[in-house]
Amino acid sequence: MGDKTLTRMDLAEAVFRDVGLSRHESAQLVESVLNHISDALVEGQQVKISSFGTFSVREKSERIGRNPKTGEEVPITPRRVLSFRPSHLMKERVAAGNKRKG
Amino acid sequence: MIRSELIQKIADENPHLFRRDVERIVNTVFEEIIDAMARGDRVELRGFGAFSVKKREARMGRNPRTGDSVEVEEKHVPFFKTGKLLRDRLNGLA
Repeated sequence: MGDKTLTRMDLAEAVFRDVGLSRHESAQLVESVLNHISDALVEGQQVKISSFGTFSVREKSERIGRNPKTGEEVPITPRRVLSFRPSHLMKERVAAGNKRKG
Repeated sequence: MIRSELIQKIADENPHLFRRDVERIVNTVFEEIIDAMARGDRVELRGFGAFSVKKREARMGRNPRTGDSVEVEEKHVPFFKTGKLLRDRLNGLA
């Protein structure tokens, strides 16, 4: 199993290699992809990227939680959470690529 | 929002780029993330979130139609954890 961690820089490097823009502009475009996805989600939109996956925002209502240290009951306020559902293609490629490794 | 709308937004902001290049850029970003996970690597995008691979152990499952026990092999599945900044923004905190 690979144990590397890629960052924005690696994505920018891939754009630089594939498209031939400057490194600086490649990095800005990667950022802009992430920003547009984030903005749409914050507006409450679902973001559906075919053959990658779907990001959607779910509303969670208030529930009672517990402080694990003190055992005290505390209300967990209503909130919006993001869920990501990988596409079939992503699931297949991740399953195939990691088969019989670690 | 779907992939083509995302491409359009970025094309609108970058009138000096050909649309086919914008398509290529957007596709490269997603492709690179899948490739990394297929190698078992993790992709950490601070503020946005992190894509990683989780291992599901082999287990005994059941054929829901017949009730027979079947062996389910170990497998690896993609996982996404939302970044703190995005989580806060979703809740109007940032």
